[in-house]
Amino acid sequence: MTAELVRGQNHPLSRTRVEIGIAADTPVLALVAACDDTGRMAGPGGLAHPGAPAALPGLAAPAEAAAAHRFAVDLDAVAPSVHQLRLVLVLPPGGPARFGSVAAPRVAVAEPGGADLAGFALAGLDAEGAVVALEVYRRQGAWKVRAVGQGYADGLPALLTDAGLTAPAAAALASAALAAAAGPAGAGAAAAARDGAGITAVPAAASGTHALAVPQETPSAGTAAGPAGADPAGAAPDAGGPATVPGPAPVSGTPYAGTPGPAPAADGPGGPPTVDYVHPRRRRSTSEPPEPAPQAPAPAAPGEAPVPVAGDATGWTMEERLYNQVWGMFEDLARAVAAYRSACEFADSRLDRELDAALSDPRHRLAGADHPARDAARARRNELAAQARSVLDRDLDQLAAEAAVVEPALPAAYARWASPVWHDTPAAGPDEAPMALRLGDLHLPERPDLRIPMLVRLPLERGLWIDNGRTGSEAAMATDTDRLRRAAMDMAVAHAARLLAVHPAGRYSVHVIDAAGAGAASLAPLVHAGVLAGPPAAGSAGVAETLERLTRRVDLVQMAVRAGAPEELPPDLDTAEQLLIVHDFPHGFDDRAVTRLRYLADEGPAVGVHLLMVADRDEASAYGPLLDPLWRKLMRLTPVPDDHLADPWVGHAWTFEPDLPPAGSLVLDQAVERAARARRHARP
Amino acid sequence: MTVNLSKGQAISLQKGDGGTLTSVRMGLGWQAAKRRGLFGSRTREVDLDASAVLFAEKQPVDVVFFRHLQSDDGSVRHTGDNLVGGAGQGGDDESILVDLQRVPVHIDTIVFTVNSFTGQTFQEVQNAFCRLVDETNGQELARYTLDGGGQYTAQIMAKVSRAGAGWQMTAIGAAANGRTFQDLMPAILPHL
Repeated sequence: MTAELVRGQNHPLSRTRVEIGIAADTPVLALVAACDDTGRMAGPGGLAHPGAPAALPGLAAPAEAAAAHRFAVDLDAVAPSVHQLRLVLVLPPGGPARFGSVAAPRVAVAEPGGADLAGFALAGLDAEGAVVALEVYRRQGAWKVRAVGQGYADGLPALLTDAGLTAPAAAALASAALAAAAGPAGAGAAAAARDGAGITAVPAAASGTHALAVPQETPSAGTAAGPAGADPAGAAPDAGGPATVPGPAPVSGTPYAGTPGPAPAADGPGGPPTVDYVHPRRRRSTSEPPEPAPQAPAPAAPGEAPVPVAGDATGWTMEERLYNQVWGMFEDLARAVAAYRSACEFADSRLDRELDAALSDPRHRLAGADHPARDAARARRNELAAQARSVLDRDLDQLAAEAAVVEPALPAAYARWASPVWHDTPAAGPDEAPMALRLGDLHLPERPDLRIPMLVRLPLERGLWIDNGRTGSEAAMATDTDRLRRAAMDMAVAHAARLLAVHPAGRYSVHVIDAAGAGAASLAPLVHAGVLAGPPAAGSAGVAETLERLTRRVDLVQMAVRAGAPEELPPDLDTAEQLLIVHDFPHGFDDRAVTRLRYLADEGPAVGVHLLMVADRDEASAYGPLLDPLWRKLMRLTPVPDDHLADPWVGHAWTFEPDLPPAGSLVLDQAVERAARARRHARP
Repeated sequence: MTVNLSKGQAISLQKGDGGTLTSVRMGLGWQAAKRRGLFGSRTREVDLDASAVLFAEKQPVDVVFFRHLQSDDGSVRHTGDNLVGGAGQGGDDESILVDLQRVPVHIDTIVFTVNSFTGQTFQEVQNAFCRLVDETNGQELARYTLDGGGQYTAQIMAKVSRAGAGWQMTAIGAAANGRTFQDLMPAILPHL
């Protein structure tokens, strides 16, 4: 009884030894592809085709194109990993190119030498050059057949690609299959050419799924094409396998040079395509590492375990390692002091509790002033406090030792003005902008001599505000106004000089607004050396003009960045980082200028325009709360020691102390002079 | 040498060679239990949270949990919140590192707790354990299996307390209910 199937229908197979019959009007090639349960081929060895008829155990594919085929399939011999056998029909080259132009082929699964079990006519095909006619598949231990009848207009290569082969491997396999079928002569030539490769090809196939079965099947499948070695294309795509290393060349392409069908493209002898993981637009430089390698810190003396070493932190460069180390010290100091303070606090509260308890005990009320409970409580408190202090001292000594080695190792941008590094810097100036800048020192009252450098990342995320008002702190109240103002402006100039000195020539521009000219004395080193972008702007006209220029720069760079076209910036635009020092705010500022300044403070840092205000907040009180956001946006520094800065971990109040060039020292003038020379050098 | 602790068992954290431990890590690992039945492969995510509460004479002084990852003194650190577990497939999903040398002098007990933030009981958690590791050499000192299956959402795992000059660890393993360590405070106090 024959079951006539329609497309998609399946039919159980009652036996495992069957024959597959094909009848067509024109010669067709019959191939069998072995797939796993997801419909993918394990490799090129999974296709039985005229070039490798015995590639699959249990069946022998027809060796050439014919109008009628009949071949036996032993489903018991199929490898267990194979879940589907797909019967593929291909129109051989040289004849019609599409199944739509020939009469519908009919395929059937039959008893050996007997009647058809199930038949299927592949009607309704059109542009397909290769079709999957049937699928014999495992279902819960039994085999079934399904009528598929779907194909690929691009022929066998597309079909193989869809079955999981890489495009070059599919192309190579397809051309091998078609070439072997091109005729007895072609097959013979191909077989002859393959003989050389046969020895290597067998073990190559061994890396495929059905490898071990291939030689076993040789006797039953021993046709003219020779033993299982005849899988040239199978060998080629496996070129990565160890066995083909000696000779992938013979199978490369020469035997198939004249064959139609897509030839394996230029990327090697049909080998597995190499995936290029390199980003297409990223610069490819393999000769040097992407970042400078970290320098190993000097080895600690053996035996003495915790000898602090400068640069003992993570980072790509020494500069980054020192930055991280300084922040690590900052955090450690904050936490060590937090432990001490919390222990002391606990000791005090315990003392209070115990004294309360002692006093509330009526037996003790009548006793004298000095009774044992009270003394014991005090002793307990002192003991705990002393214990905490000794732990703190141990930690602080360690940090002090670390600071002692770190401080001299700091580069100019991180170093104190008193550091020797400011005296022996090379005249040529730095090559790269620093990653951070020292604004001053931080310390806690527990150990005032242990100073942590206050480093902020560059470019500055927030503007700076040096508060020259007297109401800010007690130390400021104690200083007279003129001295305070002078100190504040000196501090601003020192920061500007430091920034100029640690940046490469021409990469940092400093603008000054000094509306009343009150800061002229402090600004003198900068003005004389000629390192400013222009003379200090005076008067409201100068204020307006400077702000206008910087606002324009912010706007243009913002536009260019947003449009993704930084090369479109006008040529006269200074692309260096800009620092605007504003002295005596709000003197010389009208409402428009104040708005501009706020705009710069908000938008400037992102596009390289930074603000350094030297101002007294009280003097701008006429603007009311309008300016509060401006002040909050800026990082407040003081020209006198002041404890207004909090750390990010525990929130201690740290005493900030500015770092100024030592009195009478020429270090600042020398630094500015060096920067000026480098600028002249850079701009011939 | 791993000691499988049972409830109330204490081990001293003295090293074999006489030195005391300097740095220990409390690791917590778990996997969500597979649900049976329809869509049995689907697991519900379980978010367990490890917390450490620092006590000074029975008063909570500081806490380390997923919203405060480091004690103010820096001695106890939480490596970060894991919301789903099973990351290490048997490894630690959340860790709390304790630098015993730097624990402030007034802190005498550190209690480790586990809470089910997503509200599942320990019936729905598989392979949950807590272990104590000597961080200096990676050796596992003690392991406590949350072989729960109980209808509770939190467990007070263990405490590390000062004993003489060194420290000792005591397994508590008391069941409780609560979403975060705050809910557990009344349950912790009897174990101090």
